[in-house]
Amino acid sequence: MQIAAPFAAVAFTLVVCSLLVAWAGVPVGGAYWKLLEGAAGSGFALSETLTRATPLILTGLAVAVAFRAKLYNIGAEGQLYVGALAAVAVSNLSLPLPPFAMFALMMLAAMAAGALLLLGPALLKTRFHVDEVVTTLLLNFIALLFVSMLLDGPMKDPGALGWPQSVAIPPELELPRLAERSRVHSGLIIALVLAALVWIVGRFTAFGFEMRAVGANARAAAFAGMPVRAVVVKTALLSGALAGLAGCIEVAGRAGYVTLDMSPGYGYSGIVIAMLAQLNPIAVVAAAVFVAGILVGADSMSRAIAVPTYIADVIVAASLISMLVATTFARYRVRWR
Amino acid sequence: MGADILDIVASVPFWVAVLRIATPLVFGTLGVLLCERAGVLNLGIEGIMVMGAFTGWLAVYQGAGLWTGVVIAALAGAGLGLMHAILTVALSLSQHVSGLGVTLFGTSLASYAYRVTLPQVTTPPTIEPFKPMAWLGIPLLDAQTPLTLLALVSVPALAYLLNRTPAGLAVRMVGENPGAAEGQGIDVIAVRMTTVVAGSALMGVGGAFLTLSAFNAFFFNMVNGRGWICVALVVFASWRPGKALGGAILFAAFDALQLRLQQASGAKLPYQIYLMLPYALSILALVIMARRAAYPQALMKPYRKGER
Repeated sequence: MQIAAPFAAVAFTLVVCSLLVAWAGVPVGGAYWKLLEGAAGSGFALSETLTRATPLILTGLAVAVAFRAKLYNIGAEGQLYVGALAAVAVSNLSLPLPPFAMFALMMLAAMAAGALLLLGPALLKTRFHVDEVVTTLLLNFIALLFVSMLLDGPMKDPGALGWPQSVAIPPELELPRLAERSRVHSGLIIALVLAALVWIVGRFTAFGFEMRAVGANARAAAFAGMPVRAVVVKTALLSGALAGLAGCIEVAGRAGYVTLDMSPGYGYSGIVIAMLAQLNPIAVVAAAVFVAGILVGADSMSRAIAVPTYIADVIVAASLISMLVATTFARYRVRWR
Repeated sequence: MGADILDIVASVPFWVAVLRIATPLVFGTLGVLLCERAGVLNLGIEGIMVMGAFTGWLAVYQGAGLWTGVVIAALAGAGLGLMHAILTVALSLSQHVSGLGVTLFGTSLASYAYRVTLPQVTTPPTIEPFKPMAWLGIPLLDAQTPLTLLALVSVPALAYLLNRTPAGLAVRMVGENPGAAEGQGIDVIAVRMTTVVAGSALMGVGGAFLTLSAFNAFFFNMVNGRGWICVALVVFASWRPGKALGGAILFAAFDALQLRLQQASGAKLPYQIYLMLPYALSILALVIMARRAAYPQALMKPYRKGER
C-alpha cells in the first residue's frame, strides 16, 4: 500500500487534470501523448528531462532531510539562489589554486551560503519558537531581491545587454557534459551520489537516527538525552547546503551565470518531490525525474498544441495534494458510520 | 532625512496610500486569524489570494458587475478553503504541507486558466475598477473604494462575532480545547471546516481588492508574498482583530514610507533594499512577538474524535 500510494496519486492527478486539458479544447489523449513524447520520446527529450531533474534531486533531498526532522524548510528556492551567487563569486576569485581545488571551493561556498540562509530560521525556531515556515518563505523574497541587487551592482556582467545577469563562471570550472549534443552534465552524477550519501547518513549513522527521532517525537528524543536543538540546527545546515549546492550545480552545469529567472520554482517543486518520495532519499531521485518529465514534456507539448505550459505546475501541485490524501488512505482504513 | 520623513507622514496622500496598501492585508489577516482561532493554520492564503484576484477580475472582464466579481472571488476562496479544510480537518493531514499544496495549486491553476481564457493577449486586458467614494465626505475615506470601507467594517464585525456570539465562542473553543468543545455538544469537525471556509472567503476578497480596486488588471506575480505577510501579521496581532487592523496599518505605513523615501532619496541605496523592508519587518515582528505569543492552544493539532 505504501508503495502504491504515489502511483495512485499520480494516476488520479492525471485524470483530474485531463478535465483542464479538455477545457483548453484539445483531445486529452493526444495532449498527454505529446507530453510523454516531449519528456521521454527521444534521446534528446530524455536528456532534457535528466538535465532538469538534476537540481530537482538536490532541492528534493534538501526538503526531505529537513521534513524528516519536522523542520519545515520552505526556503530552498532562496537557498538555491544564494548558493548559485556564492558559486559564481568564488569562481571568479583569482586564487593560485588548481582547477579541482577551485571547483571544490566553489561547491563549498555554495553549500555554506545555502546553509547560512537556513541557519537564521533554524535558530529562531529553536531559540524563540518562531515558526520556520513563515520565516523561510519570507526569506525567499529577501534572497531574490538580494540577488537582484548584486546583479545590478557588483556582480553585473558588463557585457550583458538588457536583462540583468551575473558575470560567468570561468570555462574550466564548468561541469563537463555527459553526452554529445545534449545538456546533461556531470552534476547529475553528483546529485545521485548525494542521494545515496543522504540515504546512508539517514539510515546508518547516529545523526540520521537522531534526525528521525526528533522528527517523530521531539519530547521523547529529549528524554532519551538527545540534544534536540543541536539536531535541528545540524539538520538545517545539511538541508540548506543541499539546496545551495543545487544552485551551484545548475550554474556550473547549465547556465554558466546567474539570472533572476534561473530557477522556475525548483525550491518549491522540491517540496512536492520530497512528499511524493515519502521523504526517502532514493525515491527522491525517481520523483525528481517524474516532475522534471512533466515540466519538460509540458514545455514541448505547449509548443505543439494549444495547452498552456502552466498545466505542468497544476499537475505537480495536484500530485502533491493527491499524494497527501493517498498516504492517509494507505495508512488508515476509512470507516463510514 | 528626518525632515523628509516628517513631511511625508504629515501629508494626506500618504495616509490615503496607507489605507489602500492596508486593505488586502486586513482581509487576509482577518482570514488567517479566523482560521487560526479555530485551530487551523492556513498557508493556502497566498494561492487563495491569487485565485480571488484572478476569478474576481475574470468575472468583471466578462461583463459581470464589480460586486458580483467580489462575490465570485469570495466563492473561489471558499472553494480552495474547503479543499484545505477537508485535507487538514477531515483527514487530519499536516497543516503546513496541505496549505503549501493549496497555494501551489491555486497559483498554478490561476495562471493556467488565465492563459486558456486569454490565449492571444500580450498586454494584460483592463477593467473599470471600483471608484473612490467621493460622496462620503469623510477625509481619507472618501479617497478610498468601497472595498476598503468593507475591510474596515469587517474588523469590529469579526471581533463582535468572535467574542460576543455563541458561534464565536464555538470557534474559540475548538481552537483552544476541542475535547472540551466536543463535551459541550459542539461538532468540532463541522465548526473547524466552516471556519476555514469562511476565513478563506475573506482571503479571496483580499485578492480581489488587488484586481478590482488597487489595479485594473491581473498580473501573475501580483500577490507577491502578501499572503505570507498576513500570516506573520496574525502573530504580531496576538490573534485579535483590532490589533490585526493596527498591525496592517503599521505595516502599510512602513511600506508607503519606503516607496516615498525611495523616490525622495534619489537612489542613494539600491531600490531592492527598500523592497526587502516589508519582508524583513514581518520577520522582525514575528521574532518580537513570538516570546509572548498566546497561540490558540490547539493550533496545528488535528482533532480526532475519541482520541486522547
